Amino acid sequence: MTLSKWSRVKSVWLAVAATAGSLTTGGVAVMAQQAEPWQTGFQKAATPVMRDVIAFNDLIHPIITGILIFVLALLFYTLYRFSEKRNPEPTKTTHNTLVEVIWTALPIMILIVIAIPSFKLLYFQDRAVDPEMTIKAIGNQWYWTYEYPDYDGLTFDAVMIADEDIEEGQFRLLETDNRVVVPVDTTIQVLLTASDVLHSWTVPAFGIKVDAVPGRLNETWFKAEREGVYYGQCSELCGAYHGFMPITVEVVSKAAFASWVVKAKEEFALNGAPPTTVALAKMASGKELK
Amino acid sequence: MNDQTHESAVAGHDDHHTPTGWRRWLYSTNHKDIGTMYLVFAIVMGMVGGVLSLMFRLELQAPGMQYFGDNYQFFNVLISAHGLIMVFFMVMPAFIGGFGNWMVPLMIGAPDMAFPRMNNISFWLLIPAAVLWIGSLFVGEGPGIGWTAYAPLSTSGHPGPAVDMIILGLHLAGASSILGAINFITTIFNMRAPGMTLHKMPLFVWSMLVTAFLLLLSLPVLAGAITMLLTDRNFGTAFFDATQGGDPVLFQHLFWFFGHPEVYVLILPGFGVASQIISTFARKPVFGYLGMVYAMISIGVIGFIVWAHHMYTVGMDVDIRAYFVGATMVIAVPTGIKIFSWIATMWGGSIRLEIPLIWVIGFIVLFTFGGVTGVLLSNAGIDMALHDTYYVVGHFHYTMSMGALFLIFASFYYWIGKMSGRQYPEGLAKLHFWVTFIGVNITFFPMHFLGAAGMPRRIPDYPDAFAGWNMVASVGSYISFAGALLFLIVVWKTFTSGAKVGNNQWGEGANTLEWTLTSPPPFHSHAEIPRIK
Repeated sequence: MTLSKWSRVKSVWLAVAATAGSLTTGGVAVMAQQAEPWQTGFQKAATPVMRDVIAFNDLIHPIITGILIFVLALLFYTLYRFSEKRNPEPTKTTHNTLVEVIWTALPIMILIVIAIPSFKLLYFQDRAVDPEMTIKAIGNQWYWTYEYPDYDGLTFDAVMIADEDIEEGQFRLLETDNRVVVPVDTTIQVLLTASDVLHSWTVPAFGIKVDAVPGRLNETWFKAEREGVYYGQCSELCGAYHGFMPITVEVVSKAAFASWVVKAKEEFALNGAPPTTVALAKMASGKELK
Repeated sequence: MNDQTHESAVAGHDDHHTPTGWRRWLYSTNHKDIGTMYLVFAIVMGMVGGVLSLMFRLELQAPGMQYFGDNYQFFNVLISAHGLIMVFFMVMPAFIGGFGNWMVPLMIGAPDMAFPRMNNISFWLLIPAAVLWIGSLFVGEGPGIGWTAYAPLSTSGHPGPAVDMIILGLHLAGASSILGAINFITTIFNMRAPGMTLHKMPLFVWSMLVTAFLLLLSLPVLAGAITMLLTDRNFGTAFFDATQGGDPVLFQHLFWFFGHPEVYVLILPGFGVASQIISTFARKPVFGYLGMVYAMISIGVIGFIVWAHHMYTVGMDVDIRAYFVGATMVIAVPTGIKIFSWIATMWGGSIRLEIPLIWVIGFIVLFTFGGVTGVLLSNAGIDMALHDTYYVVGHFHYTMSMGALFLIFASFYYWIGKMSGRQYPEGLAKLHFWVTFIGVNITFFPMHFLGAAGMPRRIPDYPDAFAGWNMVASVGSYISFAGALLFLIVVWKTFTSGAKVGNNQWGEGANTLEWTLTSPPPFHSHAEIPRIK
C-alpha cells in the first residue's frame, strides 16, 4: 500500500523531473560504475549505503519538486490574477494570522518528514558494524597510498595513468597504475589520513566521501555488492594536481581477492624502495601527469 | 559664547562647501558620493570576476586542457580569485557600501551616515585590498587555495608571498566591512527621523541592520583565523599544523563560523530590497511586516549556529553532524516565511510589471530553486554523496550568487532614477534581464547533474563522461557574460540619454522617504527633518 503509493508519487515525479530536470536515479539499467555521458542522476548504487542515499533522494525529490512547483504556480497565478489590468484597486490587507501560522507550521512538518529518514541514513553510513577487513588510505600530493594491515602490511601507491598511456577501454583521469582490490560482499572499514594537505577519498557508487586530514584518522566503510571497477576522484582542493589523483577500486570475488593478495605481496615487496619514494620520483619527473 | 560658535558653524554649513574634482571623491564624507564610488567599484570588480569565470569556463568547455596547458595551478588561482572577488568586491560593496550607503540615510530621514569620515576610510580600504588581491595573481605561483583558504594548503602548501597578499587584503576588506557595519548600526539606531520607530523602519533598513550585526560579529572571527594562518606561514606558529599539535580542521571551524553568516550578509540586503520593490509595484504595504522583520533576525541568529554543515565530511562525530542537520533545516522556515510573505504582498495588489519587479520575480524563482536544493544538501547523509561536487556549486550560485546578483540589478533599476535623475532605457533593460536569466540558468542548472553524477569541484580537466553538461554550462556562461556587457550599455545609455525623472517616478506605491526628495537628491539631503506620523 505505502509502497505502491510511493512508486506512484515517484512516477509522477519522474515525469516532472524530465522537464523540471531534477535528479533521477538513472532509469536505464546500465552497470554504471562511473558516470555516463549526459547523466543527470546518481551513479548506480554498489553498496547498501548508496542504495539508502538513493532511496532518500527518491523521498526528498518529490517533496522539493512539489514545493518548487507550488511556489512558482502561486507566484505566477498571483502575477496574472492581480495584474494592474485585472485588479486596478489594490487591497490593504497586511495580516492574516491563519495563513501565517500555516506557512510556518507546514514547512516544519515537512522538515520533520525529511529529517527522520535523514538521521537514519546518517547513523547507518557513519560506521561499519563488525568490519571484516580494513584498508588504510593515505592522501599525498598527488596520489593515494594504500595499506592492507590485515595482510602483513601490504602497501602500495596508486598514481593516475597519464593520458598518453591510457589504453582502449580505460577511462581518462580515472585509472590508476595500481587498483585498490577488495573482495565482494565484505564489510570493509576504510581509515583515512593525509601526509601533507587535505584530500578527500570518494567513490560515488559507494556513497562515500571522507576527508583525509593530516594528523587525524577518519573512518568510513563500504560493502560492495557487485564485482566491477569503481571510480572516484579526490574531492578536496589539494593543489595543482588536485584533479589528477583518482580513486580506483576493483571489487572481485573472494577467491580472486585471495590470489591477488598473494601476487600483490610479491610484486610490492619486489619494489624494494619504499613505495612513496618511487611515486615521488615519478612525480618529480613531471612526465607522469600531464 | 556658545550661541556664537553655533551661529558661525551654521553659517559655515550654509554654503554647502561642495568640493570639486578629485577632492570631492578622495576626501568624500558624503554618503551619496561614497555610495557611488562603492557602486562603480562593484561594477568594475564584477566585470573582473566575470572575466575570470569566463576564462575557466572556456577551459572547462571541453575535456582535456584547452588553453592553460599543464598550468593547473593557474586554474586554481582563477577559481579562488573569482570567489573572493565576487563575494568581497562585488556583492558586498554593491549592496552594503553602495545601495546601503545611498539609501539608508535617505530612508530614515538622516542627513548622512553617523561617521562620515569612517565611511570614507571604509571605502578607501578596499582599494589597497583590491591591489593586493589582483597583484597576488601575478606573484609567484598565485593563490590557488580556493576562497575558503583551507589549511594546510594555504600554509605549507603555498610557500610564496601570494597567499600572504590574499590574507592582508582580506584583513583590509574585513576592517572596511567592520567599520561600515559600525557606521550602519550607529546610524540606524540613532539618526532616524522623529516618529520612525524601529517597527516603522523600511524593511531595507532592517535588512541592513541585521546584515551589519552579522558582519560585526563574524568578521573578527575571520580576522583571527587568517591572522593565525599568517603566523603559521611566517612566524613559526602551528595552529593548523598537525605535525606540531595543531589541527587543520580548526581553521575550517573558524572560517565557516564567519563564512556561513557571510552568505546571509550577501543575501539579506537583497531580501530587504525585494520587499520594498514588491510593495511599490503591487501598490500594497508589505504583508506581515513584523513577521518579515523577525524572519530576518532569526535567519541572522540561526546563521551563526549552522556553520559545520559545510564540513560534514571532515570526520566530525556523528551526533554533532545530526545537530547541524537539524539546525540547518530550521533555516528553511524563516526563509519560507519570507517567500510566502512576498507572494502574499502581491496577492490582492495591483501589480505593475516594471523592470525592477521583473528582476525580483527572477530572484524568487532562482532563490526558491536554490533553497530547495539547500534543504536537500542540509541532510548530511545525502551530502556525503554531493559534498564538494558541482551540485554544491550549482546550489550556491542559485542562492547567494544569482539570488544576490538579481537583487542588485533590481536595486539598480529601482533606484537609478532616484540616484542619477535619469531613467534607464526600457527595452535594453528588458533584454538585459532575459539574456541574464537564460544565461545563468543554462550555466548553473546542468551543474546539478554533473554533481550528482560525481564530478568534483575545482578540477581543471574532467573525465570524458562529463563533457556534455560542461559544454552546456560554458555556453550559458558566455550568454551570461553577454548579459553583463548589456548592463554596461544600459548604464551608459542611462547616463547619456536617459529621460529625466521627477521626485517619485513609481507613483503612490513608493512611499519611503527617499521618494520625497528630488532626483537626484541634493548634495546634502533632508534639509528639513521629515516627520513620520
